[in-house]
Amino acid sequence: MITLSHYLVLGAILFALSVVGIFLNRKNLVIILMAIELLLLAVNMNFIAFSYYLDDLAGQVFVFFILTVAAAEAAIGLAILIVLFRNRRSINVQDLDQLSG
Amino acid sequence: MTNQDILVVLPEIVIALMACFILVLDLYLPATKKKKFGYGLSLVTLMVGAGLSIVYSEPAPVYGLNGLVLMDSLSAILKVGICISTGFVLVYSRGYADARGLWKGEFFALALFGVVGMMVMTASNHLLSLYVGLELLALCLYTMVALRIDSTAASEAAMKYFVLGALASGILLYGMSLLYGLTGTLYINELSASIVRHDGSTLPRTMALILVLVGLLFKIGAVPFHMWVPDVYEGSPTSSTVYLATAPKLAGFAIILRLLADGLGSLATEWQGMLLVVSIISLALGNIIAIAQSNIKRMLAYSAIAHVGFFLLGILTGEVSGYASAMAYILIYAVVTLGAFGVILALSSKGVEADLIEDYSGLNQSHPWAAFIMLLLMFSLAGIPPTIGFYAKLSVLQAVVNAGMTWVAVVAVVLSVIGAFYYLRIVKVMYFDDLATSHPGLQFRPKQDARILLTINGLAVVVLMPWIGKLTTLCEGAIEVLF
Repeated sequence: MITLSHYLVLGAILFALSVVGIFLNRKNLVIILMAIELLLLAVNMNFIAFSYYLDDLAGQVFVFFILTVAAAEAAIGLAILIVLFRNRRSINVQDLDQLSG
Repeated sequence: MTNQDILVVLPEIVIALMACFILVLDLYLPATKKKKFGYGLSLVTLMVGAGLSIVYSEPAPVYGLNGLVLMDSLSAILKVGICISTGFVLVYSRGYADARGLWKGEFFALALFGVVGMMVMTASNHLLSLYVGLELLALCLYTMVALRIDSTAASEAAMKYFVLGALASGILLYGMSLLYGLTGTLYINELSASIVRHDGSTLPRTMALILVLVGLLFKIGAVPFHMWVPDVYEGSPTSSTVYLATAPKLAGFAIILRLLADGLGSLATEWQGMLLVVSIISLALGNIIAIAQSNIKRMLAYSAIAHVGFFLLGILTGEVSGYASAMAYILIYAVVTLGAFGVILALSSKGVEADLIEDYSGLNQSHPWAAFIMLLLMFSLAGIPPTIGFYAKLSVLQAVVNAGMTWVAVVAVVLSVIGAFYYLRIVKVMYFDDLATSHPGLQFRPKQDARILLTINGLAVVVLMPWIGKLTTLCEGAIEVLF
């Protein structure tokens, strides 16, 4: 029997993985973009699980909006990545060190 | 859908349609007319948006679109503030952006879509509309920071802003999903009652509260979630910095008030303690690190962190007078910051960024009027009487003392005195240092409209002083109907 808490634990694990992916990653910016997508999917998992167990559709509608916004966000993220690569010839996280102080 | 549904979101609809129109028009107009039309239409749109917000404002909350959005005097005041400050941003940015090839249709469309996002945030009564408004604003801001595509600093700042902003949205959303699970509702005005009804352990609701709070604090740039603020302020073109430094702060205030004070009002004792820590370390870190800066944009970024800490003091009192003083504070802060960045923009010219503090040495000798306006604005940011900045700080401190937290007020005053040092250093550099000779001097050549507005903006921080009590009355009236 799969209960609500199974879904919530899965959501929490995905969330934790993506936060770790953003902070521990020192190599590639594309991986950070992937982690951001995973973060939003973890939230979706939570919303859908709650929506099902509360028997309330609002949560599933929210998920549609999150998916749409995530697509727009990915598009802008990749556009910024391309601009950055043109200027820097690198998408290494460690090379983002011009601004500091 | 009834008539009332339309009227509640009429300003947003008009601005969104006009933003689309300006974007399409930009494709078809000849190159010589593009800038003039885009600029004029954007200003007219913003004025119409502000006008509609006033005309259709209602003192008590009126709900529209099945309760997704509401219209009350709080959202009306903030919408007018957002429209007017964005109008100022466009006027100030014109010369700067034109000289760098940024003055084009995308800039106007992004600015207007950002305004729509902010207006939805101020009017939201539902977690969904709050999230969509927040993301609409955030996506416009990421793009505006990256607008200068040949600059390595700008693209780096945009990437940092994007990653941390997306992370903040994710954390906020995770908190929202937990709130939804605990209460079964997404309506902000129903959250407060439902969340206390929830029986069982308090751990889940505390976790939801912390996640929501972290997301919000990330967005407004309070310590310890402030890492992006200095890099974004410094790296982005000044025309985008002035935009993201002013109007979004008003919208940020609105969502904090709606979500914390209204939606999670029944958990006030829990978030007050968290906000207290955040606001004191924001004040301390912002004010102390700003002293070490040599770049004026970066200095103003740390100053923004400190000011965010100060307005959070008003929120954490948990009383109507505290919320009203925080609202007055953030409105006054927006006016003063607009002016400060306006002077920086007016002093920038083709190839000259005017962003190093040493560039300003001896400014009084070459451009006394620009130096005088900057002096008034710096006095106001530092909170020295007789400027409106002094009044803003005073009313927040009064609310804090009335709430019985005298020691907090004392700490805030001490840290503000430390903060006065770096504002006064700008004044000292402008008035008492020798004219800079090692590099090309700054030219104060704003366009005529920018010059007039800058003068009004600079003098307003002193001239408005006798009428400033009206602002507090207005803010108190707007907030009283909510509680």
